[in-house]
Amino acid sequence: MSRTGIIKIILIIFFVAIMIHSGLQFYGHRHYQLEHLAGPGVTRVEKLSKYCEGLEGTVADTHVFWLEGKEAGGKMLLMANTHSNEPAALLTALIFLENAEIEKGTLIIIPQFNNSGSRGTRPGDGYPLYFNIATEWGTKKFRMGNRDAHPLDQWPDPDVYIHYPDRQLLSYLDIRNTNRTWPGRPDGALMEKVTFAAMEICRNEKVDLALDVHGAETMFPVTNCIVAPQQSVKIATMATLIVKAREGFDNHVEPSPQGFRGLSHREIGDYSDTLPFLLEAPIPFLDQPTGPKTEKLLLDGKDPFLLSLAKQKKLFVPYDETGWPMEKRVGQHCSVIQEIANQFSRKNAERAIVIKDVPRYADVVENGVGFYYHDPDKWDKDKIYLN
Amino acid sequence: MIFYYVITAYIVGMLIWNFIKEKKNVDDMILYLVILVPLVLRLLRVK
Repeated sequence: MSRTGIIKIILIIFFVAIMIHSGLQFYGHRHYQLEHLAGPGVTRVEKLSKYCEGLEGTVADTHVFWLEGKEAGGKMLLMANTHSNEPAALLTALIFLENAEIEKGTLIIIPQFNNSGSRGTRPGDGYPLYFNIATEWGTKKFRMGNRDAHPLDQWPDPDVYIHYPDRQLLSYLDIRNTNRTWPGRPDGALMEKVTFAAMEICRNEKVDLALDVHGAETMFPVTNCIVAPQQSVKIATMATLIVKAREGFDNHVEPSPQGFRGLSHREIGDYSDTLPFLLEAPIPFLDQPTGPKTEKLLLDGKDPFLLSLAKQKKLFVPYDETGWPMEKRVGQHCSVIQEIANQFSRKNAERAIVIKDVPRYADVVENGVGFYYHDPDKWDKDKIYLN
Repeated sequence: MIFYYVITAYIVGMLIWNFIKEKKNVDDMILYLVILVPLVLRLLRVK
Protein backbone atom coordinates (compact mmCIF):
# COMPACT_ATOMS: atom_id res chain seq x y z
CA MET A 1 0.00 0.00 0.00
CA SER A 2 1.21 3.51 -0.80
CA ARG A 3 2.23 5.97 1.89
CA THR A 4 -0.86 8.11 1.06
CA GLY A 5 -3.13 5.11 1.48
CA ILE A 6 -1.70 4.36 4.92
CA ILE A 7 -2.14 8.00 6.00
CA LYS A 8 -5.76 7.95 4.83
CA ILE A 9 -6.54 4.75 6.72
CA ILE A 10 -4.95 6.14 9.88
CA LEU A 11 -6.96 9.36 9.54
CA ILE A 12 -10.22 7.46 9.00
CA ILE A 13 -9.59 5.27 12.06
CA PHE A 14 -8.72 8.37 14.11
CA PHE A 15 -11.90 10.20 13.04
CA VAL A 16 -14.14 7.19 13.63
CA ALA A 17 -12.63 6.82 17.12
CA ILE A 18 -13.32 10.49 17.87
CA MET A 19 -16.87 10.17 16.54
CA ILE A 20 -17.58 7.15 18.74
CA HIS A 21 -15.97 8.67 21.83
CA SER A 22 -17.73 12.04 21.57
CA GLY A 23 -20.91 10.50 20.17
CA LEU A 24 -21.33 8.33 23.27
CA GLN A 25 -20.96 11.41 25.48
CA PHE A 26 -23.54 13.35 23.46
CA TYR A 27 -25.88 10.36 23.41
CA GLY A 28 -25.59 10.04 27.20
CA HIS A 29 -26.33 13.74 27.61
CA ARG A 30 -29.30 13.73 25.25
CA HIS A 31 -30.88 10.73 26.95
CA TYR A 32 -30.04 11.65 30.56
CA GLN A 33 -33.29 11.92 32.49
CA LEU A 34 -33.73 14.54 35.17
CA GLU A 35 -36.01 13.60 38.06
CA HIS A 36 -38.87 16.02 38.64
CA LEU A 37 -40.27 15.43 42.12
CA ALA A 38 -43.92 16.44 42.27
CA GLY A 39 -44.40 18.08 45.66
CA PRO A 40 -47.41 18.21 47.97
CA GLY A 41 -49.03 20.98 45.94
CA VAL A 42 -49.15 19.06 42.66
CA THR A 43 -52.68 17.90 41.86
CA ARG A 44 -52.28 16.68 38.29
CA VAL A 45 -49.64 16.27 35.59
CA GLU A 46 -50.23 16.66 31.88
CA LYS A 47 -48.16 16.71 28.74
CA LEU A 48 -47.93 19.77 26.53
CA SER A 49 -49.31 17.75 23.61
CA LYS A 50 -52.73 17.94 25.25
CA TYR A 51 -52.82 21.50 23.94
CA CYS A 52 -51.25 20.83 20.53
CA GLU A 53 -51.61 17.34 19.07
CA GLY A 54 -48.65 17.84 16.78
CA LEU A 55 -46.30 17.60 19.75
CA GLU A 56 -47.32 14.06 20.67
CA GLY A 57 -44.46 11.61 20.34
CA THR A 58 -41.87 14.34 19.82
CA VAL A 59 -39.01 15.32 22.11
CA ALA A 60 -40.70 18.70 22.56
CA ASP A 61 -43.62 17.13 24.44
CA THR A 62 -42.79 18.19 27.99
CA HIS A 63 -44.50 17.90 31.39
CA VAL A 64 -47.06 20.42 32.60
CA PHE A 65 -47.58 20.35 36.38
CA TRP A 66 -50.77 21.68 37.92
CA LEU A 67 -50.82 22.93 41.50
CA GLU A 68 -54.45 23.67 42.30
CA GLY A 69 -55.39 25.41 45.53
CA LYS A 70 -58.08 24.47 48.00
CA GLU A 71 -59.92 27.64 47.08
CA ALA A 72 -60.66 28.80 43.53
CA GLY A 73 -58.83 31.91 42.37
CA GLY A 74 -56.61 33.12 39.57
CA LYS A 75 -54.11 31.14 37.51
CA MET A 76 -50.41 31.69 37.01
CA LEU A 77 -48.29 29.93 34.38
CA LEU A 78 -44.60 29.57 35.19
CA MET A 79 -42.31 28.60 32.30
CA ALA A 80 -38.65 27.75 32.78
CA ASN A 81 -35.88 26.64 30.43
CA THR A 82 -37.29 28.55 27.51
CA HIS A 83 -33.55 28.95 27.02
CA SER A 84 -31.94 25.86 28.48
CA ASN A 85 -28.54 27.50 28.91
CA GLU A 86 -30.05 29.80 31.55
CA PRO A 87 -30.49 27.18 34.27
CA ALA A 88 -31.47 29.44 37.19
CA ALA A 89 -34.96 29.30 35.67
CA LEU A 90 -35.16 25.50 35.88
CA LEU A 91 -33.72 25.47 39.39
CA THR A 92 -36.34 28.01 40.47
CA ALA A 93 -39.18 26.07 38.86
CA LEU A 94 -38.11 22.88 40.65
CA ILE A 95 -38.09 24.69 44.01
CA PHE A 96 -41.70 25.71 43.35
CA LEU A 97 -42.58 22.22 42.09
CA GLU A 98 -41.17 20.39 45.10
CA ASN A 99 -42.19 22.80 47.84
CA ALA A 100 -45.13 25.03 46.90
CA GLU A 101 -48.53 24.67 48.50
CA ILE A 102 -51.29 26.67 46.89
CA GLU A 103 -53.90 28.12 49.25
CA LYS A 104 -55.88 29.92 46.60
CA GLY A 105 -55.82 29.83 42.82
CA THR A 106 -53.71 27.65 40.54
CA LEU A 107 -50.05 27.53 39.64
CA ILE A 108 -49.12 25.79 36.37
CA ILE A 109 -45.43 24.91 36.02
CA ILE A 110 -43.59 23.88 32.85
CA PRO A 111 -40.05 23.28 34.16
CA GLN A 112 -38.45 22.45 30.80
CA PHE A 113 -40.37 24.46 28.25
CA ASN A 114 -37.89 23.90 25.42
CA ASN A 115 -37.19 20.25 26.15
CA SER A 116 -35.32 19.80 22.88
CA GLY A 117 -32.98 22.67 23.75
CA SER A 118 -32.12 21.00 27.04
CA ARG A 119 -30.89 17.90 25.19
CA GLY A 120 -28.05 19.52 23.35
CA THR A 121 -25.31 21.83 24.46
CA ARG A 122 -22.66 24.00 22.85
CA PRO A 123 -19.53 21.89 22.65
CA GLY A 124 -18.11 24.40 20.18
CA ASP A 125 -18.32 27.04 22.88
CA GLY A 126 -16.81 24.70 25.45
CA TYR A 127 -19.99 24.39 27.54
CA PRO A 128 -19.99 21.61 30.13
CA LEU A 129 -22.46 18.82 29.42
CA TYR A 130 -23.76 18.72 32.99
CA PHE A 131 -23.76 20.72 36.19
CA ASN A 132 -24.32 19.58 39.76
CA ILE A 133 -26.13 21.18 42.66
CA ALA A 134 -25.06 20.17 46.16
CA THR A 135 -27.88 19.07 48.44
CA GLU A 136 -28.11 17.65 51.95
CA TRP A 137 -28.44 14.12 50.55
CA GLY A 138 -25.80 14.32 47.76
CA THR A 139 -25.67 16.10 44.44
CA LYS A 140 -28.43 16.60 41.93
CA LYS A 141 -27.17 16.38 38.37
CA PHE A 142 -28.64 18.48 35.58
CA ARG A 143 -28.20 18.56 31.82
CA MET A 144 -26.68 21.83 30.62
CA GLY A 145 -28.70 22.86 27.61
CA ASN A 146 -28.59 25.28 24.74
CA ARG A 147 -30.49 28.44 23.87
CA ASP A 148 -32.23 26.95 20.86
CA ALA A 149 -33.93 23.65 20.10
CA HIS A 150 -31.59 20.91 18.95
CA PRO A 151 -31.13 20.76 15.16
CA LEU A 152 -31.65 17.01 15.44
CA ASP A 153 -35.26 17.77 16.36
CA GLN A 154 -36.01 20.70 14.07
CA TRP A 155 -34.18 20.84 10.78
CA PRO A 156 -33.40 22.40 8.33
CA ASP A 157 -33.26 26.05 9.35
CA PRO A 158 -34.55 28.54 6.79
CA ASP A 159 -32.21 31.17 5.30
CA VAL A 160 -34.36 33.79 7.02
CA TYR A 161 -36.97 33.06 9.67
CA ILE A 162 -40.26 34.72 8.74
CA HIS A 163 -42.23 35.16 11.94
CA TYR A 164 -45.84 34.02 12.02
CA PRO A 165 -48.23 35.85 11.84
CA ASP A 166 -46.46 39.24 11.57
CA ARG A 167 -44.03 38.18 8.81
CA GLN A 168 -41.17 40.06 10.47
CA LEU A 169 -37.79 38.84 9.22
CA LEU A 170 -35.71 37.36 12.02
CA SER A 171 -32.44 35.49 12.26
CA TYR A 172 -32.60 31.97 10.79
CA LEU A 173 -31.55 30.54 14.17
CA ASP A 174 -34.56 32.02 15.93
CA ILE A 175 -36.96 29.55 14.36
CA ARG A 176 -35.56 27.17 17.02
CA ASN A 177 -35.77 29.79 19.77
CA THR A 178 -38.92 29.45 21.90
CA ASN A 179 -38.66 33.10 22.78
CA ARG A 180 -39.05 34.12 19.14
CA THR A 181 -41.76 31.72 17.96
CA TRP A 182 -44.70 33.11 19.94
CA PRO A 183 -47.66 32.99 19.43
CA GLY A 184 -46.91 29.90 17.36
CA ARG A 185 -49.21 27.81 15.19
CA PRO A 186 -50.41 24.20 15.30
CA ASP A 187 -49.04 23.30 11.87
CA GLY A 188 -45.76 25.23 12.01
CA ALA A 189 -42.24 24.25 12.94
CA LEU A 190 -41.81 22.19 16.12
CA MET A 191 -40.98 25.20 18.32
CA GLU A 192 -43.97 27.09 16.93
CA LYS A 193 -46.09 24.17 18.11
CA VAL A 194 -44.53 24.44 21.59
CA THR A 195 -45.40 28.11 21.94
CA PHE A 196 -48.81 27.54 20.38
CA ALA A 197 -49.54 24.91 23.04
CA ALA A 198 -48.60 27.39 25.78
CA MET A 199 -50.83 30.01 24.15
CA GLU A 200 -53.67 27.48 24.20
CA ILE A 201 -53.11 26.97 27.93
CA CYS A 202 -53.30 30.74 28.43
CA ARG A 203 -56.45 31.10 26.32
CA ASN A 204 -58.38 27.93 27.20
CA GLU A 205 -57.54 27.83 30.90
CA LYS A 206 -58.06 31.58 31.39
CA VAL A 207 -54.57 32.10 32.79
CA ASP A 208 -54.13 35.48 34.48
CA LEU A 209 -50.34 35.70 34.67
CA ALA A 210 -47.67 34.09 32.48
CA LEU A 211 -44.10 34.25 33.75
CA ASP A 212 -41.23 33.32 31.44
CA VAL A 213 -38.06 32.92 33.51
CA HIS A 214 -34.64 33.66 31.96
CA GLY A 215 -31.09 34.76 32.58
CA ALA A 216 -29.10 37.41 30.71
CA GLU A 217 -25.50 38.52 30.33
CA THR A 218 -24.12 41.18 32.67
CA MET A 219 -23.01 43.14 29.58
CA PHE A 220 -26.53 43.11 28.14
CA PRO A 221 -28.74 46.03 29.20
CA VAL A 222 -31.88 43.90 29.55
CA THR A 223 -30.70 42.04 32.63
CA ASN A 224 -31.66 41.94 36.28
CA CYS A 225 -35.16 43.07 35.36
CA ILE A 226 -38.75 42.26 34.53
CA VAL A 227 -39.69 42.82 30.90
CA ALA A 228 -43.35 43.77 30.72
CA PRO A 229 -45.78 45.11 28.12
CA GLN A 230 -47.97 48.10 28.93
CA GLN A 231 -50.75 46.08 30.56
CA SER A 232 -48.30 44.36 32.95
CA VAL A 233 -46.13 47.37 33.82
CA LYS A 234 -47.97 48.43 37.00
CA ILE A 235 -47.68 45.00 38.60
CA ALA A 236 -44.06 44.64 37.47
CA THR A 237 -43.13 48.06 38.84
CA MET A 238 -44.74 47.38 42.21
CA ALA A 239 -43.00 44.01 42.40
CA THR A 240 -39.57 45.55 41.74
CA LEU A 241 -40.15 48.31 44.30
CA ILE A 242 -41.27 45.85 46.96
CA VAL A 243 -38.35 43.45 46.52
CA LYS A 244 -35.92 46.37 46.58
CA ALA A 245 -37.44 47.83 49.74
CA ARG A 246 -38.05 44.62 51.67
CA GLU A 247 -35.37 42.28 50.38
CA GLY A 248 -32.64 44.64 49.27
CA PHE A 249 -31.86 43.50 45.74
CA ASP A 250 -32.09 45.59 42.59
CA ASN A 251 -34.57 44.74 39.87
CA HIS A 252 -35.99 47.14 37.34
CA VAL A 253 -38.68 47.13 34.68
CA GLU A 254 -37.96 47.12 30.95
CA PRO A 255 -40.77 47.88 28.49
CA SER A 256 -41.64 45.16 26.02
CA PRO A 257 -40.91 46.56 22.53
CA GLN A 258 -43.99 46.63 20.30
CA GLY A 259 -42.07 46.27 17.05
CA PHE A 260 -40.01 43.22 17.98
CA ARG A 261 -42.12 40.15 17.35
CA GLY A 262 -42.09 36.59 18.59
CA LEU A 263 -41.21 37.32 22.23
CA SER A 264 -43.28 35.84 25.03
CA HIS A 265 -43.71 39.19 26.81
CA ARG A 266 -45.07 40.68 23.57
CA GLU A 267 -47.18 37.98 21.94
CA ILE A 268 -48.85 36.43 25.00
CA GLY A 269 -50.37 39.80 25.83
CA ASP A 270 -51.29 40.53 22.22
CA TYR A 271 -52.94 37.17 21.54
CA SER A 272 -54.64 36.44 24.88
CA ASP A 273 -55.99 38.15 27.97
CA THR A 274 -53.06 36.87 30.04
CA LEU A 275 -50.60 39.36 31.54
CA PRO A 276 -47.06 38.35 30.50
CA PHE A 277 -43.82 38.97 32.37
CA LEU A 278 -40.30 37.94 31.44
CA LEU A 279 -37.86 37.67 34.34
CA GLU A 280 -34.14 38.18 33.80
CA ALA A 281 -31.39 37.49 36.34
CA PRO A 282 -27.70 38.07 35.53
CA ILE A 283 -25.72 35.05 34.36
CA PRO A 284 -22.00 35.86 33.91
CA PHE A 285 -21.46 32.46 32.26
CA LEU A 286 -23.18 33.74 29.11
CA ASP A 287 -21.02 36.85 28.74
CA GLN A 288 -18.57 36.59 25.86
CA PRO A 289 -15.36 37.99 27.41
CA THR A 290 -14.97 35.45 30.21
CA GLY A 291 -12.49 32.73 31.02
CA PRO A 292 -13.31 29.07 30.32
CA LYS A 293 -16.99 28.16 30.39
CA THR A 294 -16.73 25.83 33.34
CA GLU A 295 -19.31 24.43 35.71
CA LYS A 296 -17.71 26.56 38.43
CA LEU A 297 -18.26 29.77 36.44
CA LEU A 298 -21.85 28.70 35.81
CA LEU A 299 -22.49 28.23 39.52
CA ASP A 300 -20.49 31.01 41.21
CA GLY A 301 -20.42 33.60 38.43
CA LYS A 302 -16.89 34.70 39.34
CA ASP A 303 -14.69 35.82 36.47
CA PRO A 304 -11.60 38.04 36.52
CA PHE A 305 -12.29 39.52 33.07
CA LEU A 306 -15.79 40.59 34.04
CA LEU A 307 -14.38 42.01 37.27
CA SER A 308 -11.99 44.11 35.22
CA LEU A 309 -14.84 45.27 32.99
CA ALA A 310 -16.94 46.09 36.05
CA LYS A 311 -14.18 48.42 37.28
CA GLN A 312 -14.38 50.17 33.90
CA LYS A 313 -18.17 50.44 34.35
CA LYS A 314 -18.87 48.28 31.30
CA LEU A 315 -21.44 46.04 33.00
CA PHE A 316 -25.12 46.69 33.56
CA VAL A 317 -25.21 45.09 37.03
CA PRO A 318 -23.17 45.53 40.19
CA TYR A 319 -20.26 43.08 40.10
CA ASP A 320 -17.43 42.44 42.56
CA GLU A 321 -15.18 39.61 43.81
CA THR A 322 -18.22 37.68 45.05
CA GLY A 323 -19.37 37.18 41.44
CA TRP A 324 -23.03 36.45 40.88
CA PRO A 325 -23.67 33.04 42.44
CA MET A 326 -26.54 30.78 41.49
CA GLU A 327 -28.16 31.25 44.93
CA LYS A 328 -28.60 34.96 44.29
CA ARG A 329 -30.09 34.40 40.84
CA VAL A 330 -32.49 31.69 41.96
CA GLY A 331 -33.36 33.63 45.12
CA GLN A 332 -34.21 36.70 43.05
CA HIS A 333 -36.46 34.68 40.78
CA CYS A 334 -38.23 33.08 43.76
CA SER A 335 -38.96 36.45 45.33
CA VAL A 336 -39.96 38.25 42.13
CA ILE A 337 -42.34 35.45 41.09
CA GLN A 338 -44.06 35.49 44.47
CA GLU A 339 -44.20 39.28 44.53
CA ILE A 340 -45.84 39.44 41.09
CA ALA A 341 -48.49 36.99 42.36
CA ASN A 342 -48.92 39.11 45.50
CA GLN A 343 -49.32 42.36 43.59
CA PHE A 344 -51.83 40.82 41.19
CA SER A 345 -53.77 39.33 44.09
CA ARG A 346 -53.95 42.68 45.93
CA LYS A 347 -55.79 44.21 42.98
CA ASN A 348 -57.85 41.14 42.05
CA ALA A 349 -59.02 39.58 45.29
CA GLU A 350 -61.46 37.16 43.63
CA ARG A 351 -58.69 35.96 41.26
CA ALA A 352 -55.99 35.85 43.93
CA ILE A 353 -53.10 33.39 43.74
CA VAL A 354 -51.70 32.55 47.17
CA ILE A 355 -48.49 30.49 47.20
CA LYS A 356 -47.01 29.12 50.43
CA ASP A 357 -43.83 27.32 51.51
CA VAL A 358 -41.58 28.71 48.77
CA PRO A 359 -38.37 30.39 49.99
CA ARG A 360 -37.59 34.03 49.34
CA TYR A 361 -34.31 35.63 48.26
CA ALA A 362 -32.65 35.72 51.70
CA ASP A 363 -33.59 32.08 52.40
CA VAL A 364 -32.04 30.78 49.18
CA VAL A 365 -28.89 32.89 49.59
CA GLU A 366 -28.46 31.61 53.15
CA ASN A 367 -29.34 27.94 52.64
CA GLY A 368 -28.29 27.39 49.02
CA VAL A 369 -30.41 26.12 46.16
CA GLY A 370 -29.90 22.42 46.88
CA PHE A 371 -31.41 22.78 50.36
CA TYR A 372 -34.86 22.89 48.78
CA TYR A 373 -34.50 19.72 46.69
CA HIS A 374 -35.62 16.41 48.17
CA ASP A 375 -33.98 13.02 48.01
CA PRO A 376 -35.57 11.01 45.14
CA ASP A 377 -34.76 7.78 47.00
CA LYS A 378 -37.08 8.83 49.82
CA TRP A 379 -39.80 10.22 47.56
CA ASP A 380 -42.98 8.49 46.46
CA LYS A 381 -41.96 6.83 43.17
CA ASP A 382 -45.37 7.57 41.66
CA LYS A 383 -44.62 11.26 42.08
CA ILE A 384 -41.31 11.28 40.26
CA TYR A 385 -41.47 12.32 36.60
CA LEU A 386 -38.49 11.82 34.34
CA ASN A 387 -37.65 14.42 31.78
CA MET B 1 -37.12 18.16 3.65
CA ILE B 2 -36.19 15.31 1.29
CA PHE B 3 -34.40 17.81 -0.95
CA TYR B 4 -32.15 18.84 1.96
CA TYR B 5 -31.18 15.22 2.50
CA VAL B 6 -30.43 14.90 -1.21
CA ILE B 7 -28.17 17.97 -1.03
CA THR B 8 -26.46 16.52 2.05
CA ALA B 9 -25.91 13.19 0.31
CA TYR B 10 -24.50 14.99 -2.73
CA ILE B 11 -22.00 16.96 -0.60
CA VAL B 12 -21.04 13.79 1.27
CA GLY B 13 -20.39 12.10 -2.06
CA MET B 14 -18.25 15.00 -3.27
CA LEU B 15 -16.25 15.10 -0.04
CA ILE B 16 -15.56 11.36 -0.16
CA TRP B 17 -14.59 11.67 -3.81
CA ASN B 18 -12.19 14.54 -3.01
CA PHE B 19 -10.77 12.62 -0.06
CA ILE B 20 -10.07 9.61 -2.29
CA LYS B 21 -8.56 11.76 -5.04
CA GLU B 22 -6.30 13.73 -2.68
CA LYS B 23 -2.78 12.35 -3.01
CA LYS B 24 -0.45 14.74 -1.20
CA ASN B 25 -1.96 17.33 1.08
CA VAL B 26 -2.71 15.78 4.49
CA ASP B 27 -4.26 19.05 5.74
CA ASP B 28 -6.89 18.84 3.02
CA MET B 29 -7.58 15.18 3.86
CA ILE B 30 -8.22 16.18 7.49
CA LEU B 31 -10.45 19.06 6.42
CA TYR B 32 -12.56 16.75 4.22
CA LEU B 33 -13.06 14.39 7.15
CA VAL B 34 -13.89 17.20 9.59
CA ILE B 35 -16.58 18.53 7.26
CA LEU B 36 -17.82 15.01 6.54
CA VAL B 37 -18.62 14.08 10.16
CA PRO B 38 -21.80 16.17 10.76
CA LEU B 39 -23.09 15.47 7.26
CA VAL B 40 -22.74 11.71 7.68
CA LEU B 41 -24.44 11.89 11.08
CA ARG B 42 -27.29 13.87 9.51
CA LEU B 43 -27.72 11.31 6.75
CA LEU B 44 -27.72 8.43 9.21
CA ARG B 45 -30.18 10.39 11.42
CA VAL B 46 -28.19 9.49 14.51
CA LYS B 47 -29.84 10.91 17.63
